[in-house]
Amino acid sequence: MLQIKDLHVSIDGKEILKGIDLEVKAGEVHAIMGPNGSGKSTLAAALAGREMFAVTKGSVTYMNENLLELSPEDRARKGLFLGFQYPVEIPGVSIVNFMKTAINEHRKFKGLEPISASDFLKHMREKKELVGLTSSLTNRSVNEGFSGGEKKKNEIFQMAMLEPILAILDETDSGLDIDALKIVAQGVNQLRRKDNATIVITHYQRLLEYIVPDFVHVLYKGRIVKSSGKELALELEEKGYDWIKTEE
Amino acid sequence: MDESALSLELKRDLISLFRQNTGALETNSGRILNLYRERAFHDFDKLGIPSTKNEAYRYTPLEKYFQGNYDVELNANPFKIDVGSVFKCDVPELDTDVVLVLNGFFHSGNKTGQLSGGVIVCGLNEASVRFPDIFHKHYSHYADSEADGLVALNTLFAQDGVFVYIPPNTVMEKPLQIINLSHSLKNLRITRRNLIVAEENAVANIVVCDHTLCNQRYLANSLTEIFAGENARISFDRLQNENNLSTQINHVFIHQLQNSLFNGTSISLHGGLIRNNFYARQDGPNCETNLNGLFLCDDKQHVANYVLVDHASPHGTSNQLFKGILDNDATGSFNGKILVRKDAQKIQAYQKNNNLLLSSAARMNTKPHLEIYADDVKCSHGATVGQLDNEALFYLRSRGIGEKEARFLLMYAFANEIVSRISVPILKERIIELVDKRLRGELSKCNNCDIRCG
Ligand SMILES: Nc1ncnc2c1ncn2[C@@H]1O[C@H](COP(=O)(O)OP(=O)(O)OP(=O)(O)O)[C@@H](O)[C@H]1O
Ligand SMILES: [Mg+2]
Repeated sequence: MLQIKDLHVSIDGKEILKGIDLEVKAGEVHAIMGPNGSGKSTLAAALAGREMFAVTKGSVTYMNENLLELSPEDRARKGLFLGFQYPVEIPGVSIVNFMKTAINEHRKFKGLEPISASDFLKHMREKKELVGLTSSLTNRSVNEGFSGGEKKKNEIFQMAMLEPILAILDETDSGLDIDALKIVAQGVNQLRRKDNATIVITHYQRLLEYIVPDFVHVLYKGRIVKSSGKELALELEEKGYDWIKTEE
Repeated sequence: MDESALSLELKRDLISLFRQNTGALETNSGRILNLYRERAFHDFDKLGIPSTKNEAYRYTPLEKYFQGNYDVELNANPFKIDVGSVFKCDVPELDTDVVLVLNGFFHSGNKTGQLSGGVIVCGLNEASVRFPDIFHKHYSHYADSEADGLVALNTLFAQDGVFVYIPPNTVMEKPLQIINLSHSLKNLRITRRNLIVAEENAVANIVVCDHTLCNQRYLANSLTEIFAGENARISFDRLQNENNLSTQINHVFIHQLQNSLFNGTSISLHGGLIRNNFYARQDGPNCETNLNGLFLCDDKQHVANYVLVDHASPHGTSNQLFKGILDNDATGSFNGKILVRKDAQKIQAYQKNNNLLLSSAARMNTKPHLEIYADDVKCSHGATVGQLDNEALFYLRSRGIGEKEARFLLMYAFANEIVSRISVPILKERIIELVDKRLRGELSKCNNCDIRCG
């Protein structure tokens, strides 16, 4: 589904990612861990198409297509979803309007008619329940004045609404209380299918107890320095990153 | 005054225009209208057309808009218009009483006279004759012709417009919609003068729509005086949508007595040059004044808003919120002032101007300021000029929303803060549609109008 080869990404001429290789197949869950500033969010944003992150070298193939040639909106319409580490507040745009517009843009891309008002409401109600989002929240402007945890829940809600093929969740667990964490994990698990995949970026082993990964990768200074099974997360939790740094 | 050679020339031309037509003007107008011309003449002779050296007009280069040949109509145009069809033009299905003002003259086809509850809506000139007592008590009492040459110019040439009177303890049943139309085969200079009097405890909703029916150059100098008696509540919303060759100068003088409320929202969509001057004076305690403005402009449009809220009495509140989106070579300015006089204690006055520039050539000059002589007041002012938020844009696009649509959503959200303040619900819905179209570039000044010209 996703093949990243020797990916180099710079911001303002400064190289952040220094050759990433990663392959994600349908049905898999990958976890990416790594110390602060190692480039995890940069990788996620580059995959989602943020222009300020310039790809200087390497390739990314998504569903047999050159991902890097696509606009951010086309990536999304083809099933890529990024759960932001820092969701953006958009005053004046209601969540309802935002999601309706997004869904209709996805439908237009597929050659479908806009969704009917009743279907939209039904869809919305279902997904709200799934992630435990209240109407008082969805009637508000996107993320405006939301608590940290509410913002993260809203990311999962959007994911549920858009039903992506490849979801990249950038620290969606941080800032969530235990109950919310379970709800979020449950949401992710319910959306798991044979033909989709998830990349979770996290600092905590805790999340991986609920969303069990097939692979755990350690990103360090712009490179994946270690990849292993789910037991790697436990080891990291115990020992921190120092042993990897010295191993390097 | 600071006068350039050009402004001197413009002044001379206008003065000779007045001299040539004094006879006709005075014969066509009621006595009270004529009463104020002499003083206006004196003031205009002193002040002339404000040049950019005049601080209040620093960013509005008016002179060039005054140049060129314009016709002047001294009599109402006999042009027949079906009010019903024009009415569909911009705010359909709005359950309002409608009056049409054609080239500055109250249209003869208007159904007028007394509405329910003794509300009077008629032509200004007619009112000066039929209701001399009320008229004399208010006309030219609030518009200060010493402050601005254009105010003096308006009073000098004033002939007609709309007169609205809401008696004490009367609630206007329906909103009143005033449609200002410009229609002629030649370039035209238009003077409009309105007077709105809401007596104590009166409630009035007034909507003004400005339109042009043809692609001529229009130069309109409009002035509205509004009196809010004790406890009166007035909403005064305005939609400016004229052709982009037109120049619209628009003065609104609001005079409020104690406990009165004034809500005004102006939406400027099309128009070559739009200059709005708002002067609100709180002349009794506990008044509330809310002035909002939204302008969406592109090409070579210029939209300028000037606001003065004069807190002359204690315990008043005022809010000014003006927002603009400027694209292409459009320019705009905001010049807002809160004046709190010496004995006006316990005032809360706020002022904000936010602008979005969509192109590198668009320019916005903003100058919010406070002048405070009382010590126990709460005031704040602020202004921003910025671009669309790139983070927000990316967030929307990352959900599959195309760039154009994403930009639209952000602009719409920006504009909606003003639109949501419009007090008449159906008008609000219609304005939402218009703003939507305008932001998508689908609204040309005429295409929503049933009357096709040329
Ligand atoms: N917009 C930016 N401008 C300049 N430098 C940036 C920008 N965004 C990220 N960086 C830098 O790139 C590096 C990698 O940042 P990134 O956000 O990808 O780290 P991360 O692994 O996600 O960290 P964390 O665990 O703290 O979220 C950091 O040194 C950071 O300062
Ligand atoms: Mg990060």
